[in-house]
Amino acid sequence: MCLGIPGKIVEKFEIEGRQMGKVDFGGVIKETCLDFVPEAKVGDYCIIHVGFALNILDEQEAMETLDLFRQMDELAQEVELAEIPDLQ
Amino acid sequence: MKYVDEYRDESAVRRVLDDIRLSIKGSWTIMEICGGQTHNLVRFGIDEMLPKEIELVHGPGCPVCVTPLELIDKAIALAARPDVIFTSYGDMLRVPGSREDLFAVKARGGQVRIVYSPLDAVKLAKENPNKTVVFFAIGFETTAPANAMAVVQARQLGLKNFAVLVSHVTVPPAITAILSSPASRVRGFLAAGHVCTVMGYWEYEPLAEQFGVPIVVTGFEPLDLAEGIRQCLLQLEAGKHQVVNAYARSVRREGNRAAQDIIRRVFEPCDRAWRGIGLIPMSGYRLRDEFGDMDAEGRFPEVQAIAVQENPVCISGLVLQGLKKPHECPAFGKECTPQHPLGATMVSSEGACAAYFKYRALG
Repeated sequence: MCLGIPGKIVEKFEIEGRQMGKVDFGGVIKETCLDFVPEAKVGDYCIIHVGFALNILDEQEAMETLDLFRQMDELAQEVELAEIPDLQ
Repeated sequence: MKYVDEYRDESAVRRVLDDIRLSIKGSWTIMEICGGQTHNLVRFGIDEMLPKEIELVHGPGCPVCVTPLELIDKAIALAARPDVIFTSYGDMLRVPGSREDLFAVKARGGQVRIVYSPLDAVKLAKENPNKTVVFFAIGFETTAPANAMAVVQARQLGLKNFAVLVSHVTVPPAITAILSSPASRVRGFLAAGHVCTVMGYWEYEPLAEQFGVPIVVTGFEPLDLAEGIRQCLLQLEAGKHQVVNAYARSVRREGNRAAQDIIRRVFEPCDRAWRGIGLIPMSGYRLRDEFGDMDAEGRFPEVQAIAVQENPVCISGLVLQGLKKPHECPAFGKECTPQHPLGATMVSSEGACAAYFKYRALG
């Protein structure tokens, strides 16, 4: 029910006083209310829930998280190599 | 799809789970609050890939599951009125009331419409001035701003034929209720990422302190879920109980202020009964007096008297509090299936019983 799907704002406009936008979900375009993200620009990614954008996704934070996983991966590979005596 | 595919990388998920196996020594029980997370944990088999000492129990964060049976009956009574167009998110239509569901009303010619956005319900009201459009406003804090916006929009358009049947619930009082139960085995929580996207996570800091439990704000993709579990377990092993944000691309501590403002403008906190659990003090929202004329129960007072009894065999209340697992119920997969659910947690695809039935072939 709290399903939120990331989508990219491709157009902004106004209907009956509401800030609205067209949002692209990997090829499927849906109309979305942008009133809760007044600072959002075309090109921003948002989490969309029941036709409303709830935030602007933070690319910097996303990169940092993915970097963390990458480091974890590298560390684990180093440990694995260290555990194989033939490669020492 | 950006922000999805990279969090479904199977080798990265395995790496996080490997790290859990290497670094976690104790036996711990943690609860994911959100039904969407329950669904994905079971769907991707993450719970089964954890060491056997780690148990995930499934929380009450499924609004379809916890909406009281009598409210379903009220919805059905409203939908059956010839002067009403009843609108709802799709998941509510097949929830059985005490005698039938909303689909049955629709099949008999009742005007029941599924809406994607609550603003679609307002639009229907504008297009159908001779009918009253009732919107079934259910959900947690994630959905509350959208539903509140529909109320504001109807007021701004001067629509007199729009009303809402409100069954809103909130997460922090449910965590308090679960942890206050002497039978609770839950030592840590995964907080629901989209609830926190709206509300932030500052509300959870006093709970972590008071009950001495770590709470990790967690997303929905497999890598998010594995990392949320890892962060929670690392804290448990270290004897810590902090609120940690493992879904930082979406969640900020203060949440979304504009969304919170509209919730506060339209709704106020109230006591609410949760299906399968019972009354939890100040755990819901109701319309403020200023918008009281849009309350469907006030508009059609005959539905206020509707009261019903749950099926006594069903243990969904214990499942929703993390005290029992779905397959521990004698009715699971026998009298109770997604086609013929006895209780709340078999009803929605996000209910723990439905997820076990679908992905575990335990039926």
